[in-house]
Amino acid sequence: MATIKRTVEVELSTTGMDAQGRPVRTPLAVAEDGSTVAVAAPPSMEPELEGEHMLINLGPQHPATHGVLRLVLELDGETVVRCIPHIGYLHCGFEKIGEYRQYNQIVPWTDREDYLNSIGNNVSFILGAERLFGIDCTPRATVLRVIAMELSRIASHLVWLGTTCIDIGAFTPFLWAFQERENIYALLERWVGARLTTSATRVGGMAADVPAGWTEQLQTFITLFPKTIDEVERMLTKNGIWVGRTIGLGAMTAEEALNYGLSGPMLRASGVAYDVRKDFPYLDYETYDFDVPVGSNGDVYDRYLVRVEELRQSTRILEQALRRLPDGPVNVDDHRVILPPKSKATSEMESMIHHFKQVMEGPRPPIGESYVATESPKGEKGYYMVSDGTAKPVRWRIRPPSYVNLSAIPKMVEGHLLSDVIAINASIDIVMGEIDR
Amino acid sequence: MSTPFTPVVGGSALPSDAPAPATERNVPHRGGPANPSAEALRAKFGAAVLRVDVVWGETTVIIERTRVQEIVRWLHDDPSQRYEYLSDLTGVEFRDAEQPIEVVWHLRSIAFRRFLRLKVQLQRGQPLEVPSVWPVYKGADWLERECYDMFGIRFAGHPDLRRILMWEQYKEGFPLRKDFPLRGRFSRAEQLRQALAANPEARYSMEELSIADAFEDLPQEMRNRLRSGEKTGE
Repeated sequence: MATIKRTVEVELSTTGMDAQGRPVRTPLAVAEDGSTVAVAAPPSMEPELEGEHMLINLGPQHPATHGVLRLVLELDGETVVRCIPHIGYLHCGFEKIGEYRQYNQIVPWTDREDYLNSIGNNVSFILGAERLFGIDCTPRATVLRVIAMELSRIASHLVWLGTTCIDIGAFTPFLWAFQERENIYALLERWVGARLTTSATRVGGMAADVPAGWTEQLQTFITLFPKTIDEVERMLTKNGIWVGRTIGLGAMTAEEALNYGLSGPMLRASGVAYDVRKDFPYLDYETYDFDVPVGSNGDVYDRYLVRVEELRQSTRILEQALRRLPDGPVNVDDHRVILPPKSKATSEMESMIHHFKQVMEGPRPPIGESYVATESPKGEKGYYMVSDGTAKPVRWRIRPPSYVNLSAIPKMVEGHLLSDVIAINASIDIVMGEIDR
Repeated sequence: MSTPFTPVVGGSALPSDAPAPATERNVPHRGGPANPSAEALRAKFGAAVLRVDVVWGETTVIIERTRVQEIVRWLHDDPSQRYEYLSDLTGVEFRDAEQPIEVVWHLRSIAFRRFLRLKVQLQRGQPLEVPSVWPVYKGADWLERECYDMFGIRFAGHPDLRRILMWEQYKEGFPLRKDFPLRGRFSRAEQLRQALAANPEARYSMEELSIADAFEDLPQEMRNRLRSGEKTGE
C-alpha cells in the first residue's frame, strides 16, 4: 500500500477543548506505517495468534453493502487479508430484454438500473439512441436534458452522502441530504409525473415539457441548496471523527485508478482530471462554465471532497442552464421518430402514414452502432447499441460505472480493518441495480 | 510498467492550438474523418488490421483475433497513442446466424482525447476464444468475466475466468446468445426445483474453500466431492 502523509486542520473535533472553550486543533498526520496515527495501522498480531485466519461473509443481506453485494473476507485478526466479491443477486437480464424492445420502450428499463440517477440514465440512453438515428435534439431539449442530468447528479450524490454518513456513524447529514433530495424529487414529479422511475426522454425529445412555474421552483432550489452544502461541509470536512475514519483508506494512485478503469469521482479523487463532460462533451457542456474537482490521494476522504465540490459545480451548471433555457419545441420535427399531432394524423394522408408506421412498426434506425458515454454521478456511463436496421436493437449494452469501480474493491480493502471495508465500500458509491442489471 | 507514469490530464498531449472539444452535431452515418490511430495501426501491424470503418463518427478497427493483446499493449504503451483507459469490453451476436460473433473493446486516450473501437470477428465454427487484455488493463477483469458469463467467449490468459452475474452452477448456458430464449432454457418448474435443491454451501468457489480452515467447516459429503476433484457445488 502507498503511504499517505497529509495534514488536515481539524475544527469540529471531539478531541477536546482548550481553556477558553475553543476546540483543540489537532493536526492529523497519517502514515500507514503507523508513525503518526489517525487511522491506526493494522496491528501486528500477537505471535501465538498468527496463522489463524477467519473467513466471513459480509452481505448479501447487510445494510452497509448498499444492496445485495456479498464480500467474502479472509481476516487475520481484524485485518482483511483477502477479499472476494460476489455479485449478480439482482441480475434480471436488462440487456437481454432490451433486444426485445423498441428504443422508446427501453427507456423505462434505464430508470431501473442506476435507480438513484434515473432521469440521468434516460438522457444518456436517449443520446445513444439518437446517435443511432442520426438526430440532434432541439435547443430547448438540450438545455432541459442538462438540467435533468445535473438534478439527478445532485440527487445521487446526496444519497451517497447520506448513506455514507450513516455507514461511518454520522446521522444528521443524512437527514439534511434527504430533505434536499426530496425537493429534487418534487421537481421531477411536477415535470414528468414520477419521482424515481421518470422515463422522461423519447427518441427526438422529451416525454413532456416543464410545466408553468417549474423554473421558478427550480430557481428556489438553486438559491437555497448551497446553504445545505455549507452545513454539511461545516459538519464533516474538518470533523476529527470523519477525517479519522476516512483519510488514508482505500487509496488508489492515479496510475492504478486509470488502469483499473475507475471513472467519475473515484478516478478524479486519485488525481486524474478526466470528466466526460469536459473531454468528450455532449449536450453543449463545453459552453457551460464549471470546474472539475480533482483530488490527490485517492482515498475515501478525497472522494468525499470531490463529490461535495461536484454538488456546488452542478448547482452552477443548473444556474447557467436556467438562464439560457430557450423557448421552442422540445421535440424534433421529424416524423420518423415523433408522432405527428393527432389532428394532422386524422386529416393528412402523409401524417397518417407516419402515425401508422410508428405505432405498428416503431422507429427504425439505419444499420450501425454507437457508443455514447456520459458523465453519470458514478462515472462514465456508456450505452453501446448495435442496430441491424429493425426497430429493436441487436445489442444494447450498458457500461455500468459502478461495476467497473467495484471490481477494484479487493485492491482497495486488502490490508485495511474490517470496519474500514464499510467506509471504502461506501466511498465507491455503488448501486447494485446498475452492477447486476 | 516500463515507463514512469506521467499524470493524465484530458488533452494534455495535444498541441496547445488544438481546437477545444465540442459537442458533435450532424454526425454522418458513414464516412467522415477517421481516428488517426487507425492509420497508425495499419502502418504498424499491417495485415493484422483487417478493416477500418467509420460509423456515426466512431472509428472501428477490425483486427486479427490472435494479435489482440499485442495491438492493445502497443496502443496502451506507445507515447503517440496513450490509450490508457479501457472504457468497455463486450460481445455482440447478430440475429442473422451467419454473421460472426464480435468481441468489442472501447478504448480511450484521455491525453489525446481519442476514442477507438477495436473489434474481433469470430466466424461461426471458430472457437469462441480471444486473448485476454487483463495484463494490460486490470479493469478488464470483471468485464471479461461478464462477457464470458453472457456469451461463453473465453479469454485466454485471464487469471480467474468464471461466471460473475450468474451463479457458478448455472446450467442453462449463456444468456445473451441469440439461441437462448428470453425466459431461459428450463421451465419455471425446473428452475424452481434447481433453486430449492441448491446447496448454499456450494456457493463458495474453490478459491474461497481453500481459505484457511473453512474447508473443515463444510459438510463431510461436500469435502469428499471436493477432494475427488469436483470444481464446485452440486
